[in-house]
Amino acid sequence: MKTAGASVFTLILLTLPFWLGNPYYLHVAIMAGIFGVLALSLNLLLGYTGQLSLGHTAFFGIGAYTSALLTLRLEWPVWPAMLGAVALAALAGWLIGRLALKLRGAYFVLVTISFAGVVSLVSVNWMELTNGPLGLPGVPAPALGPWSLRAKEAYYYLVLAAVALSYLVCARLVGSRIGRAFLALRENEPLAESVGVDVTHYLVLAAVVSAALAGGGGALYAHYTRFVSPEVFLFTYTVTMVIMVVAGGKGTLAGPLVGAVLFTALPEALRLATSWQWQMLAYGVLLLLLVFFLPRGIVPAVVVRAEAVRRARRAVK
Amino acid sequence: MIDQAGGLAVSDLAVRFGGVSALGGVSFEVRPGTITSVIGPNGAGKTTAFNAITGYLRPTRGEIVWEGAALTGLRPSAIAARGIVRTFQKTSVFPSLSVTDNVLVGLHLRGTAGFLDVLLGRRRLAVEEAALARDADALIDFVGLGHRRRETASALPYGEQRLVELAVALAARPRLLLLDEPGAGMSGAEKAVVSGLIRKIREQGVTVLLVEHDMRLVMGVSDTVIVLNHGRVIAEGAPAAVQAHPEVIRAYLGTAG
Ligand SMILES: Nc1ncnc2c1ncn2[C@@H]1O[C@H](COP(=O)(O)OP(=O)(O)OP(=O)(O)O)[C@@H](O)[C@H]1O
Ligand SMILES: [Mg+2]
Repeated sequence: MKTAGASVFTLILLTLPFWLGNPYYLHVAIMAGIFGVLALSLNLLLGYTGQLSLGHTAFFGIGAYTSALLTLRLEWPVWPAMLGAVALAALAGWLIGRLALKLRGAYFVLVTISFAGVVSLVSVNWMELTNGPLGLPGVPAPALGPWSLRAKEAYYYLVLAAVALSYLVCARLVGSRIGRAFLALRENEPLAESVGVDVTHYLVLAAVVSAALAGGGGALYAHYTRFVSPEVFLFTYTVTMVIMVVAGGKGTLAGPLVGAVLFTALPEALRLATSWQWQMLAYGVLLLLLVFFLPRGIVPAVVVRAEAVRRARRAVK
Repeated sequence: MIDQAGGLAVSDLAVRFGGVSALGGVSFEVRPGTITSVIGPNGAGKTTAFNAITGYLRPTRGEIVWEGAALTGLRPSAIAARGIVRTFQKTSVFPSLSVTDNVLVGLHLRGTAGFLDVLLGRRRLAVEEAALARDADALIDFVGLGHRRRETASALPYGEQRLVELAVALAARPRLLLLDEPGAGMSGAEKAVVSGLIRKIREQGVTVLLVEHDMRLVMGVSDTVIVLNHGRVIAEGAPAAVQAHPEVIRAYLGTAG
């Protein structure tokens, strides 16, 4: 039953470009995938270690700029440039992770916001490197041997693979003693330390992996839109990521992906349905309803419901 | 300095909080394989001593030597790795995790899987996870919570949460276990269970340092009792001798502790 559902779901994902028809829908699917990677990344910190990073666009933007600059200025091929983007974002995550040790809670939030602010300022003002507010056009699309992945249909599969890989990384971590250490830090840090969980090590590790994934998301974005500007550092992107994680269900594996699909598709659907003012209102009302009725997020609510149904069935038998 | 290759030696331990002296130069030893209790009225400095020994606060003065090596400046997790594990006076579990997951966190140091092993999904990982799950099961049975494995820790009644804490601490495989009022707030029957467990833990070769207000529990299990008052050791010895010590009687009557 469960495996059958999973196979159907996989089949739908794998054949999406063939029956979706409208390229605009495919664009939405690609963006949902990129945001899926970002939400998975944020969830590692927010959902598992319990640290709120409100500067997550910094890692996203560093990834986007690094990959774009490596291909444009140093003429690296796209794949190594993307790896470079992941590596540099990971390094930034290490830095923020080290800071997080001394500063927790509200201070950590402030540090992450400031970090994003600083990186954003660099992108605007270091004209020679980044081209400032004008941005970097002409970022090349990746190619697989002779085949360019410039077409949306092809890029969709690249993003799908990236989502699958990110999910796998998160799932493996979460299912291991490393993931349990993350959770322990969120749940009760002094108790975690008392049984030998090294706070420094695991917070830094979570920050590095999270930043690396976000950097990968940034690289995917850069080579998809083939244009990078300081807009990648917009605070709204961070807010969107937080909404996706919280609405989908933080601290669950599927939650961020559900949130990413929903909150990428929703604004687009609203845009088609109504005028600008009503869009914002409808978005806000829906968010309020979600928070009010499903405070722990969509996925935990579904899991609880399914569990209740299963129990009821067993009771009947 | 006291040379005690096997046990714990605390010498001249002092802790100040601003102007308040919580511990004013305390020295005592815990011999390996024994149950040693620290008693004393509220505010005597018992928990402060635990915090200093396990690295949760840095003493103003003094030295703590465990198995021949000083613990000065080590973080709590590093001290745990050397075999000293403590419980907390206030109930302290991983609230939204199941009982099994609580204990699995306790088993953290027994796992060996590193970041790369986990990412690559190495096969020996599954073997290790299965072994850890078996260990967790055995520990849960040991504290008598076999019927609660899958429950969320915060949903358990108070007494059972304290047993979860005990299982978590034991999971870290301590050679020295520090228990801060494990019987506080428990019923007589629950306290009997706890004192039985403490004896069994010692039988497994674990040295126990116990802080407890319940005199029946303390006198029943301890080999040695240390009495603290206002941050100083006022008596030390076998339970019966300590109970009869005039200064101990005065301390308890005087402060209505
Ligand atoms: N973090 C702290 N900051 C300031 N003062 C503290 C702190 N922790 C403890 N104290 C003070 O140090 C003294 C010793 O406290 P401690 O908690 O060690 O006592 P205790 O013997 O464990 O008492 P109880 O039996 O009530 O648990 C008390 O006067 C207490 O108010
Ligand atoms: Mg105390």
